[in-house]
Amino acid sequence: MIKVKPQIQNHPGRPVPPKGDVYLPQAATIVKKQPMTALDCFFEFKMDSGKELGHQPGQFVEISVAGWGEAPISISSSPTHKGVFQMVIRKVGSVTTALHDLKVGDKVGIRGPYGTVFPVATDLKGKAVLFIAGGIGLVPLRSAINYCLDNRKDYGDISILFGARTPDDRLFVDELEAWRLRKDLTFIETVDQGRGSWKGNVGLITTLIPKVCLNTEHTATVICGPPVMYKFVIKELMKMHVPHRSIYVSLERRMKCGVGKCGHCQMNGVYVCQEGPVFKQEDILDVQEAI
Amino acid sequence: MPLKYLKKSELNQWVVTLLKENGRKFYGPKEKNGFFDFDEIGDASELRLDYDTTVIPPKKYFQPPQELMLKFKTGGADYENVIDKTPFVLFGVHPYDIIAINQMDKIFSMENRDEHYLARREASVLVGVDVETVSANHFAGSMGTSIAKTGWDVLLTKINGGYLVQSGNPKGEKLMASIAGGEKGTNEQLAEREKIWLDNCAAMRKHELKCAPEDLHAFLEKGYNHPIWEEKARLCFSCGSCNLVCPTCYCFDVQDDVAWDTKCGTRCRSWDGCLLKDFATVTGGHNFRKRKADRYRHRFYRKGKYVPEKMGEIACVGCGRCIKACVSNIANPVEVYNRLVEA
Repeated sequence: MIKVKPQIQNHPGRPVPPKGDVYLPQAATIVKKQPMTALDCFFEFKMDSGKELGHQPGQFVEISVAGWGEAPISISSSPTHKGVFQMVIRKVGSVTTALHDLKVGDKVGIRGPYGTVFPVATDLKGKAVLFIAGGIGLVPLRSAINYCLDNRKDYGDISILFGARTPDDRLFVDELEAWRLRKDLTFIETVDQGRGSWKGNVGLITTLIPKVCLNTEHTATVICGPPVMYKFVIKELMKMHVPHRSIYVSLERRMKCGVGKCGHCQMNGVYVCQEGPVFKQEDILDVQEAI
Repeated sequence: MPLKYLKKSELNQWVVTLLKENGRKFYGPKEKNGFFDFDEIGDASELRLDYDTTVIPPKKYFQPPQELMLKFKTGGADYENVIDKTPFVLFGVHPYDIIAINQMDKIFSMENRDEHYLARREASVLVGVDVETVSANHFAGSMGTSIAKTGWDVLLTKINGGYLVQSGNPKGEKLMASIAGGEKGTNEQLAEREKIWLDNCAAMRKHELKCAPEDLHAFLEKGYNHPIWEEKARLCFSCGSCNLVCPTCYCFDVQDDVAWDTKCGTRCRSWDGCLLKDFATVTGGHNFRKRKADRYRHRFYRKGKYVPEKMGEIACVGCGRCIKACVSNIANPVEVYNRLVEA
């Protein structure tokens, strides 16, 4: 017998696996739909059961459009926002294109929530929090950011760094503006390529990191962005002596089944849909395929 | 648990009885164009318990290559799950395949129980048979999987021209209740079976692993950057044949299919393989395992490290199917693992 390795479980509150058929979606209805960029659309859903989705920041659902299939999409709203849940869906594949074609009142299938969470209610409490979001990585991070802002007194300094490809690719522009105006947080953003009337920072997200003042002992850093981003951001954080144990990353993989069976999301032996998508960087240092 | 000795003719008679049962399917090994494969048995004479190995492992009866999971109406979220509970007897499964099925049972009943797999498993009666003909590539002896002392409902062992038949649980006992005739099995026959087990363990070593199977984990721990991954993967066609014929590969893809009238459809899952080029590709095109060598290595790590870390057993049972299926002749796990051991 081989010694069974415990799953990476640094975040409490993982939901109890559902009873019955784990592959059976539950109906939800689109209650709001708002285009955000040329490719990204904001959706708000309500479970037809009338119950809360019951997610925590960082988790994802498998969303179905009957006839098109299922896709893993992270939840963008904070659980403090009751009654509904929100997602931003980028039109890149067949399921997401079908989603973009749906209207308010149309139905989708939902399985989940799945995965580990940004530890806003545990490890992050009492700490300063630095959020680093690259592009669509802002979508899952927004859930944690809004949770922290709704419980502002529970955290120290909050800093948000956001990088988009171009000014046109910026998401949640109204909220970005609101964050910029808030006195109780630091918000800095950049775009890779400036365009038109853009007067803000131009450059990769890594260029923003030296601009924030970090008390590395008391700051937790939470990162989400495209696959290529992590390596460079973490390298930059290392320069500032941020320890691996206070870095949290949310990793994208092909989470086809969401329940740790289908094999697609594995990085080495780790099932990202179950043991992730949120990892403490310290826990995946020996997972070669992770970052 | 009941133990019987049946003459060949009596065993045949039992199979005839089982075949006549209404509502229960009967699958077993039969010959097809010079190969053996599990299939529905129409006539008892088709059953070939002397087969060496089948092309496709019997996992196909628990996780079919194409499996209907849900039905739906389009334009809504009206899903109905389909759980197949058709009873069947799976007759004549070799010990290594029994061990593989038991590993799948563990995987699919871990947290997030897979009701589709488990319903099929529940509806089945598993009749094992000790190996009578060793194939050119069997290495179950090397992996410690040439005999299965448990995990079956009934076990057959060919002894002196007849069969020793033992039930392992009430399910098997119930199946054995339909045996007409036969004698009570004896301790001598059990001793005879022990001898066959020892013989099989010695004979099923067509490829000799140079370490104890449980030590593989440690060698894999060190071998991540071994040159063998590049060297072998250069010849890999990324065809996924090694995945498809493997009794412990269970990865799957899920697809929706819409009926011709576009009013309703089905969600099906199908076998997938980690050697296939786009196995780890996400929408948008980023492939997390783009290099052939990475995919090639992943399979050996899954068998020897990743899956064992999940359920406690080496996920290679020494059937040798991948060795035969691989056109490039690079799939032999023993050859690869031995290189790591020698390193």
